[in-house]
Amino acid sequence: MSAEPLLEVSDLSVRFDTDEGPLQAVDRVSFTLAPREVLGIVGGSGCGKSVTCMSLVRLLPQTAAVTGSAVFDGVDLLALGPRRLRRVRGREISYIFQEPMTSLNPVFTVGDQIGEVVRRHLGLSRRAARQRAVELLQLVRIPAPERRVDEYPHQLSGGMRQRVMIAMALACDPKVLIADEPTTALDVTIQAGILDLMREIRERLGTAIVLVTHNLGVVADIADRVIVMYAGRKVEEAPAEELFAAPQHPYTVGLLGAIPRPGERQERLEEIPGRVPAAAAPLEHCVFADRCRFADETTRTQVPALRAVRRDHLVACFHPEADRAA
Amino acid sequence: MNDAAPALEVESLVKHFTSGRRIGSGGGTVHAVDDVSFSLRQGEMLGLVGESGSGKTTLANCVVRLHEPTSGSIRLHGRDITHLSRRDLRPLRRDLHMVFQDPYSSLNPRMTAGEIVGEPLRLHRLAGRKVRTGRVAEIFERVGLGPEHRFRYPHELSGGQRQRVGLARSLILNPSVLVADEPVSALDVSVQASILNLLRDLQRDMGFSCLFITHDLATVEFLCDRIAVMYLGKLVEVASRDEIFRDPEHPYTQALLSAALVPDPAEQRQRRRVVLEGDPPSPLDPPSGCRFRTRCPLHDLSAPDSDEIEPPLREVSPDHLVACHLSAPGSKTPRIADPPVTTPVTG
Ligand SMILES: Nc1ncnc2c1ncn2[C@@H]1O[C@H](COP(=O)(O)OP(=O)(O)OP(=O)(O)O)[C@@H](O)[C@H]1O
Ligand SMILES: Nc1ncnc2c1ncn2[C@@H]1O[C@H](COP(=O)(O)OP(=O)(O)OP(=O)(O)O)[C@@H](O)[C@H]1O
Ligand code: SF4
Ligand SMILES: [Mg+2]
Ligand SMILES: [Mg+2]
Repeated sequence: MSAEPLLEVSDLSVRFDTDEGPLQAVDRVSFTLAPREVLGIVGGSGCGKSVTCMSLVRLLPQTAAVTGSAVFDGVDLLALGPRRLRRVRGREISYIFQEPMTSLNPVFTVGDQIGEVVRRHLGLSRRAARQRAVELLQLVRIPAPERRVDEYPHQLSGGMRQRVMIAMALACDPKVLIADEPTTALDVTIQAGILDLMREIRERLGTAIVLVTHNLGVVADIADRVIVMYAGRKVEEAPAEELFAAPQHPYTVGLLGAIPRPGERQERLEEIPGRVPAAAAPLEHCVFADRCRFADETTRTQVPALRAVRRDHLVACFHPEADRAA
Repeated sequence: MNDAAPALEVESLVKHFTSGRRIGSGGGTVHAVDDVSFSLRQGEMLGLVGESGSGKTTLANCVVRLHEPTSGSIRLHGRDITHLSRRDLRPLRRDLHMVFQDPYSSLNPRMTAGEIVGEPLRLHRLAGRKVRTGRVAEIFERVGLGPEHRFRYPHELSGGQRQRVGLARSLILNPSVLVADEPVSALDVSVQASILNLLRDLQRDMGFSCLFITHDLATVEFLCDRIAVMYLGKLVEVASRDEIFRDPEHPYTQALLSAALVPDPAEQRQRRRVVLEGDPPSPLDPPSGCRFRTRCPLHDLSAPDSDEIEPPLREVSPDHLVACHLSAPGSKTPRIADPPVTTPVTG
């Protein structure tokens, strides 16, 4: 994946102004996305996955202060005026939200909702829009699309609703699809179908996908590269196979140890003691220090910079696995 | 209590809901649980898995008598509790407890964690205030909650802490049977790990029997001795954990296991998986014959039998029950997928 990046995010930070004071949700996160690439973003609840992605398409509320840059196709998304932003959003970069039920409007048919997107962005006529909606439903493998196009969201199963969301996101042939927990609410057999669909979309349409999930199995299935986030920071980044084979950050190691592994007879699952810190401002030490068994004076007083332990494998830790093995 | 009897015996249990008319649905009968029989042995962890909507929660609710079963029977330590009145049921509630899926909505927001956990003792008039406080402190420690948590309200606790409160409440009466409906599904992996470890430790120490419901196969594999698989209101397979994971028989079980994701790209990307075509049929109008036939990759091999005759759940090898026309003692269903396995990490 050494192609020119499609999207280049640098030093992205997000701070919320809340009733209880400021909250640093994302802290100096950088990453790139190559064409046709599936980039997984994983991490525990509240680590900043959704906020990171929403900030890219400027979907955060006014209370969010966003800094850094996100260059897409030569322009900084974070500095775009409202008109150009609208053109990019939905057309070049599409977003699938974490809760599918709340993102579909219950009073309009599936066809109306997909149609509305293509009419707005592509200026299609009512008739052409409906035709396109049927094609899209077919693309996401919904059986009997001509019939389904006139149905309402509540008439569809959870898996089908998620397919409709994907169809809607693909309506304008976006270059980037950001999917936030697209399979979390679904059961395993339906999830497998959605993952196959995303793979197929990447192959056929060449769409690059940012996939947010807390499920490491999903990442193992489909991601080319993975970013691990913890408390607003990117703590590790690696090609998927390498991340699982040779995790470097103690948090990543802990996360992998915490999931039951099929086919093994484990006596105990690994626990990560302690809690995620909530910070009002960027922490000036390692975010994982108070839960880490390798923490020391350095860890508690300095921010570990991201460094490459191998080509394409970055870790923000003073004591990565690689050092211990040596 | 009859010591020789299984902790729980469910026989030919049926639960139908009569649904009212709603937009797009004509009303009718929801066949949520249809003729389900199984037993939970003493001290056993039995996992119940299956697709969303297959009837797992309904079954659990019938077992703890939150739902009135349409027909069939439930025996607790040999005693028939199917038709006991609320009053007669009351003393038995001490023996049979449920942990709910959603740790938030199942806890009373106006009570402190300590009051929530101590409430069963109070309701059953089992202990005075002082003894109660002592028991609560004990169980708090057992489930890994600090004494300071006793005075917190549910909204002041994290998801994992709330789930511990729910667990403490269920265990304070020392029940002999615990029914847990997706107790960890809403939690983060690292919190999940600590609750699963805890549940296993408590079960070993206290010796209760547990019906554990989940859609996560890796979790049941970690925790359970035996596994029951449900599809559209019916049990399709019941076997020991090792049997199910090594040698799943029913085509649905095979598909389910093949869809489980192995957290290891090297393994995961090589596996043969079957993606089930189409949507699950509506429980308002389940298919005739075999309920899985509309999505079964092996349907052709069992037709026309499977279109008309419902395959009974029968023992095909010792302690291994399967409901499929292609499975019988001495003849196995064809393998259609690879079960999930990771290569053990060495060192
Ligand atoms: N609108 C908001 N106002 C204030 N704080 C917010 C807002 N949105 C998110 N946050 C906070 O920002 C942090 C990151 O949230 P985010 O939604 O990105 O987490 P996440 O990684 O997506 O978690 P999950 O896996 O639970 O979806 C959290 O602490 C969250 O409470
Ligand atoms: N009170 C009710 N009235 C009508 N139908 C109901 C009722 N409760 C459940 N059902 C239906 O019964 C079927 C079984 O539901 P149940 O909640 O038991 O499934 P489940 O296996 O627990 O699913 P999940 O994995 O999604 O929790 C579903 O079709 C559901 O819609
Ligand atoms: S009876 Fe036939 S349709 Fe039913 S599960 Fe077996 S092979 Fe499939
Ligand atoms: Mg999120
Ligand atoms: Mg349920």
